[in-house]
Amino acid sequence: MNARALLSLALRNLLRNRRRSLATLLAMVVGLTAILLFGGYRANILYGMQTGFVQQSGHLQIQRRGYFLDGGDNPTAYGIADYRKIIAAIRSDNTLAPLVVEATPSLRLGGIAGNFTAGVSRSVMAIGLVPEESNRMLAWNDYDMVSYARPLPLAGAGADAVVIGSGLARKLQLCTVLAVPDCRQASAAVDAPATKNATGASAPEDVLALSALEKAQQPPAAQNRIEMLAATAGGAPNVASLVVIEAKNMGIKAIDDLYMAMNLSQAQKLIYGAGVPAVTAIALQLRHTAQMPAARARLAALLESEFPGEPLELLDFQTLNPMYGQTDQFMGSMFGFIAMLIGVIVLFTIGNTMSTAVMERTTEIGTLRAIGLRRSGIRRLFMCEALLLGAIGSAAGLVCALGIAWLINHSGWTWTPPGYSYAYLILVRVGQNTPLLVGSIVGMIGVTMASAWWPARRAAKLEIVDALRHA
Amino acid sequence: MQPVSLRNVSKVYHLDAVEVAALNAVSLDIEAGRFTVISGPSGSGKTTLLNLIGCIDRPDRGEVVVAGQAVQAMTDDALSDFRARHIGFVFQNFNLLPVLSAYENIEYPLLLGKVAPAERRRRVRDLLDAVGLAERGDSRPGQLSGGQRQRVAIARALVHAPALVLADEPTANLDRQTGASIIALMRTLQQERGVSIVVSSHDPQVQAAADASVFIRDGRIVASKEEAAA
Repeated sequence: MNARALLSLALRNLLRNRRRSLATLLAMVVGLTAILLFGGYRANILYGMQTGFVQQSGHLQIQRRGYFLDGGDNPTAYGIADYRKIIAAIRSDNTLAPLVVEATPSLRLGGIAGNFTAGVSRSVMAIGLVPEESNRMLAWNDYDMVSYARPLPLAGAGADAVVIGSGLARKLQLCTVLAVPDCRQASAAVDAPATKNATGASAPEDVLALSALEKAQQPPAAQNRIEMLAATAGGAPNVASLVVIEAKNMGIKAIDDLYMAMNLSQAQKLIYGAGVPAVTAIALQLRHTAQMPAARARLAALLESEFPGEPLELLDFQTLNPMYGQTDQFMGSMFGFIAMLIGVIVLFTIGNTMSTAVMERTTEIGTLRAIGLRRSGIRRLFMCEALLLGAIGSAAGLVCALGIAWLINHSGWTWTPPGYSYAYLILVRVGQNTPLLVGSIVGMIGVTMASAWWPARRAAKLEIVDALRHA
Repeated sequence: MQPVSLRNVSKVYHLDAVEVAALNAVSLDIEAGRFTVISGPSGSGKTTLLNLIGCIDRPDRGEVVVAGQAVQAMTDDALSDFRARHIGFVFQNFNLLPVLSAYENIEYPLLLGKVAPAERRRRVRDLLDAVGLAERGDSRPGQLSGGQRQRVAIARALVHAPALVLADEPTANLDRQTGASIIALMRTLQQERGVSIVVSSHDPQVQAAADASVFIRDGRIVASKEEAAA
């Protein structure tokens, strides 16, 4: 029997009991739609996180060995002094150059920022970077995400310009001058006394003294001018007077309350003074995430051959941002659980449908066997019916999922992820996610075939005379 | 060559703990090109005998030779292929596939035999004509009367030009007049095509049309005769 005749017979058998076939298809459509929507939502979250991390810290970072685990509080001990040579080597490498969008240095440092006009100070985690290069990294958007990243206005601003988190701006009572929303201290900041003494939550005495020393050499302070105290490589305190040009919502409140970005040269001046400047990381942003293994291998070889004495290591964005892997695992386990649950429901629904069909068509099976259809032909007929059910159910489920995804994506619904300080658009990426589409559809058809296997086998094993006697 | 030859064939059914001897050391030869009727009371073993001749059941003992081949040693697949080539079936309840049209039901055995499309069309149209349903080829079984369905079943049984056609009570579900027309049709086609037809039936009309008769009781052949007309 040829394939066309087999398919035609299978299709007509499915249409024989339309209500039952429709009920079975409905179970498949609902199941596949749920899987695709959740999968699309999961993909959107992961792509969003990846985009954010890659925009901020690149796909790969070169750091001095041990800095990531142990050196966060001690940038001076883990500085990379040869960073300019390393970046030049990367940019001139024939293999790496086509892969790399940007290679840029950064220096992380901690310190205390004080708005001594208002008499307040806060611990900060600052990063010194090359604004033009960092801004180019923010343009990376390989997954066409709705990106909340905005260029840092440091490019073209003065060397002492800084951008701070909006939470930090509130703490430093810079609400009015920086137009920070939801700020209850705005009026207090304007009216605050010029300085405070050492009592209460104000700056330490030594900071006040250093500040006063620096202030004496400067014109009258602007309302957005702050001071930052940091420890130099030699262990001495160093103070820089900085101009806050913008407060930026960093998304995650814990970061928003500590964040400060400044020019790399300013950060190096704070830490290394007149000494040899260094950086704590060189970030490499690639054109595509899939290029990471190739870029990593070439970079490792390059560092080993060109900079053999440097104790450097390569870290990818997953390692640098453990939250990405944790979220991936969490969402993956939820997806797996939902898929398994739906798979079991579909398995039993289709198994029941096929078993009923075998029972109803027992005499027909006996007739087909009598006129010469082999056992394998009977098995093939029922498996073909299951394949058609799977294919039709998958197609309908796909259309349904794409339709609902379109509605969700155009609804403007938002949600605020845990720990975040602003809401994200709820988006589901179904159509753009080929692995999800192929995996879910193949999985659904596979479950359909698996659930039909036992009834088909039972039908094929029927004895002809018993089947013909069946009323 | 005799289309059917049975030697000392026995068949026992196990109904729970009870053994029922459906056939007991039956030996039978059916001549080629005959319209043979097997008759006997209910439970006498007619259908079992027909099943063994039709190779859809296997004997417990004895030898079954159909179309010159000993069939009991064949594998299940080989038996299926053998039936598809050499045997046609007509059932009491017609047993047509309800989702296929009359044309497609008749065509089905040719699909199993991988007959070329043009040849399939020729044979199916020829048989639709022969059974008087040339205009009803597109009708589904549900749209046909009992007599028409049985005509389709007869056409299906003959379409692959088998050596042997088996019919189990082909008139049992038809009124007397329709039954008579079906018997007349089977007889005509049998004579035109030189095929051997074996019918199991209680129907006196069928028995009257026979070239040869076999009477069976309690699993044994108690009488057989060749009609003068043969």
